[in-house]
Amino acid sequence: MFAPAPFLLKDASVSRVMTQVCLALVPGIAAYAWLVGPAILVQLVIASLAALLAEAAMLRVQGKPLGMFLADGSAVVTAWLIALTFPPLAPWWLVVTGTVFAIVIAKQLYGGLGQNPFNPAMVAFAVCIVAFPALMSQWPSVGLQLSLADQINVILGLAPRVDALAGATPLDAMKTALKLADGSVSVTQLLANQDIYGNFAGRGWEWVAAGYLLGGLWMWQRKLITWHVPTAFIGALVVVAGGLWLYNPAQFANPLFHLLSGGSMLGAFFIATDPVSGCTTPRGKLIFGAGAGLLAYIIRVFGGYPDGVAFAVLLMNLCAPVIDLLTQPPIFGMKDKA
Amino acid sequence: MLMNLFKFKGGVKPPTNKTQSLGLSIAQAPLPSKLVVPLHQSIGGTPRPVVQAGDKVLKGQLIGEADGWISAAVHAPTSGTVLEVAMHVQPHPSGLDAMCVVIEPDGKDEWIARQPVDYQALTPEQVREGLQQAGVVGLGGAVFPTHGKLTASKTVPMDELVINGAECEPFITCDDLLMRERAEEVVRGIGVFRDLLQPKKVLIGIEDNKPEAAAAMRAAVDALGEPFLVVQVPTLYPAGGAKQLIRVLTGKEVPASKRSTDLGVQCFNVATAYTAWRAIAHGEPVVSRLVTVTGNVGEPRNYEVLIGTPMGELLQLAQPQPDTDGIVMGGPMMGFLVPDAKVPVVKATNCLIAHSERLFPPKAPEMPCIRCGACAQACPHELQPFEMYWFSRAKNFGKTQEYHIFDCIECGCCSFVCPSRIPLVQYFRFAKSEIWARERDKNAAEGAKARFEFKQLRDEREKAEKAEKLAKAAAAQAAKKAAEAAAAAAAEASPTAPDSAAAATQVQASAATVEATATPAVDAEKEAKKAAIAAAMARAKAQREAVQPKNTEQLSAVQQREQAEIEARRQAAHLTDPAQAEPAAPASEKTD
Ligand code: SF4
Ligand code: SF4
Repeated sequence: MFAPAPFLLKDASVSRVMTQVCLALVPGIAAYAWLVGPAILVQLVIASLAALLAEAAMLRVQGKPLGMFLADGSAVVTAWLIALTFPPLAPWWLVVTGTVFAIVIAKQLYGGLGQNPFNPAMVAFAVCIVAFPALMSQWPSVGLQLSLADQINVILGLAPRVDALAGATPLDAMKTALKLADGSVSVTQLLANQDIYGNFAGRGWEWVAAGYLLGGLWMWQRKLITWHVPTAFIGALVVVAGGLWLYNPAQFANPLFHLLSGGSMLGAFFIATDPVSGCTTPRGKLIFGAGAGLLAYIIRVFGGYPDGVAFAVLLMNLCAPVIDLLTQPPIFGMKDKA
Repeated sequence: MLMNLFKFKGGVKPPTNKTQSLGLSIAQAPLPSKLVVPLHQSIGGTPRPVVQAGDKVLKGQLIGEADGWISAAVHAPTSGTVLEVAMHVQPHPSGLDAMCVVIEPDGKDEWIARQPVDYQALTPEQVREGLQQAGVVGLGGAVFPTHGKLTASKTVPMDELVINGAECEPFITCDDLLMRERAEEVVRGIGVFRDLLQPKKVLIGIEDNKPEAAAAMRAAVDALGEPFLVVQVPTLYPAGGAKQLIRVLTGKEVPASKRSTDLGVQCFNVATAYTAWRAIAHGEPVVSRLVTVTGNVGEPRNYEVLIGTPMGELLQLAQPQPDTDGIVMGGPMMGFLVPDAKVPVVKATNCLIAHSERLFPPKAPEMPCIRCGACAQACPHELQPFEMYWFSRAKNFGKTQEYHIFDCIECGCCSFVCPSRIPLVQYFRFAKSEIWARERDKNAAEGAKARFEFKQLRDEREKAEKAEKLAKAAAAQAAKKAAEAAAAAAAEASPTAPDSAAAATQVQASAATVEATATPAVDAEKEAKKAAIAAAMARAKAQREAVQPKNTEQLSAVQQREQAEIEARRQAAHLTDPAQAEPAAPASEKTD
């Protein structure tokens, strides 16, 4: 028998880590439910159930211990990220499809917890937006006042998907407006419409983003994440958005708009920081975060999709092993040589 | 005086659990029923036993003689009778046995004649030897023979002497109490080290959770008028690791591949300084040490314990609770469960912790690594434990070495923080021991190969000598004919087969050379051997060219083939340099 030292262990566990990540999402979720609509809560429940069922089924098939892995909470984190990135009134089966795909294909088939090279939630998002582009782009129109019951009915397919649902995110709306106007309208004019764009970036959404920022800072303070990825992500986004904005403020929105709209904050603090599929070395994390921020901007502004965070993160996931390999930090006592 | 302290990366803050054993002063542990003194108690050579069963020994009498320079002597911890010199189970995680001297105390605890020395009057060499003879080793746990660390680098000036009183492991308090109660002798011991190493500065590092010890040391330093600096360092495990403490106090990072003296710094534990002083000023070799007895016990305390005391007996003094289910030697971060309560206290034993599930709850099952990087952030050597874990698990040991597994000090910080409860250190120990085992196998195989090749070489030489005798005889017969035939043969053969004929000529000529030189020369023997081999080679060459030269009939085909084969094998084995065999040909040309 090997010596089992250390005998003392810190009070830490995977489920504790995942629980804290979920807790950190709460401020953002609260703002979401308050400002956009409580339907998101329903989506969170649907996604969580789907994730746990899919996880349980896969564990059973592979003969792995159910209790231990279900309790680790990683499936719930994935589920929540899916619910939070999908349109809030997306039909239930779309959320379930995405979640099951994330858990079964993107996570368990790669070997389960800790083995997935790609962020499962982002795989789900990418797959669904490619397969169901229309549904994935239908965001509730601004000012749409539906009761919780109505929202649930829409999600469950019991009520018709009226036109009012087929809105767009502020990001998407701006892109479309700029394209349609073909230079005749400036970003500043568009942003003046506070009904859509609120004070900074998108009515309501800017506060959801602020909620994520708050939760992210808390995770940093609790040492669940390091500063590298969010800082690099936000830094890259601000630099590229700021540069283009200064270059042509009529065509490009200001950095604040980009920071507070779409999945920027969620991406910077909760998605790009996923340790399993991300980089692990300090320099690697900086490159990973900056790459994701830059790609997110490019894809959301110049690409055909409403937002670019998912594809940006997936692309960086692809590069993560190489980045890690090339950014191994020098060890104690070997720094001169490096 | 204010000092600029440095930081090391990583580190963890486990609950210190030190107060329990700090309540009482150091107590003398009573004589045990018997003492089992292992001979191998330090890094390096295993001391040779110099006593036999039945011998009467006195306290402090030499029982094991240092074997080589990196080895330290072992002494009888009390007076009594040697019962046996035999294999006994060791306080080592492997649970293996090792040679021990078992002594039955006579109860008198009678010392040998102790001879204090004035070390100032001795040469540094004599002081080092004296420490070796007194069995002074690093008592911080590494048990490296102290005298082996007391030579400064010839090229790098000694900047700092670091004295380690940090004692960062939870539960352990023996150095703390030593400094509180015996500071003066510690400081005097440090003075000896200082005189031998001549550093520019002496820095005594003590974690800031031991203010009493620091105060006592400061008082002693002042009282003795020494210029030593007592520095309180932040409490952060493993600040008491030699490399970490050196880093904190001097900013220097000693890599695994270097000795600290190469960076102009050396580090000793406070207890080592104390024993060094006892050895010099009182003539007392190391026969006891301070041991913290704590954990799941009623009365945790520090004891002065004779080396060789069975751990079970020592533990009884502190009244272990009924649910005690094992003994941990060392601290909870780096210690290990001893295989048996019979194992003796050795020089490396700084602490015994009565183990129970209440104290150290069983670990949750291991989960997969989530690459959270917590381990890398905690690692004081700035390694990537999860990468090393991954490759250890995959038994890809080469890769673990690329990730610097041998820089790992097994401090346990990574395991401590891992949320997946992966016993990382165990994986690293496993990987290291596998790598060592493979090295050993490889070395053993290489040794065997070398022995085999040597034997082959000898056989060949014998064969060559035999063949050479035959060749001489043959040459003698052929000499006359050859001399006349040489020119003629060449002329005759040239139209048809010029190459082979030329070869044949050379062969014959070299055979002649053998004869010619063998008779007069004094060291002809050697020359003859060389020439014979060269001749054989040339013959073989000729043979390969598919012409059987007429005038070498005297050497049987078998003999020729034999010699050719031998040469080929030797060349294949790189035992002979082909360039060496070649000159024989030009030599024979000369004789043409
Ligand atoms: S702390 Fe454990 S789970 Fe986290 S990276 Fe290290 S080995 Fe993996
Ligand atoms: S045990 Fe080794 S790898 Fe783990 S923290 Fe300590 S030095 Fe680093």
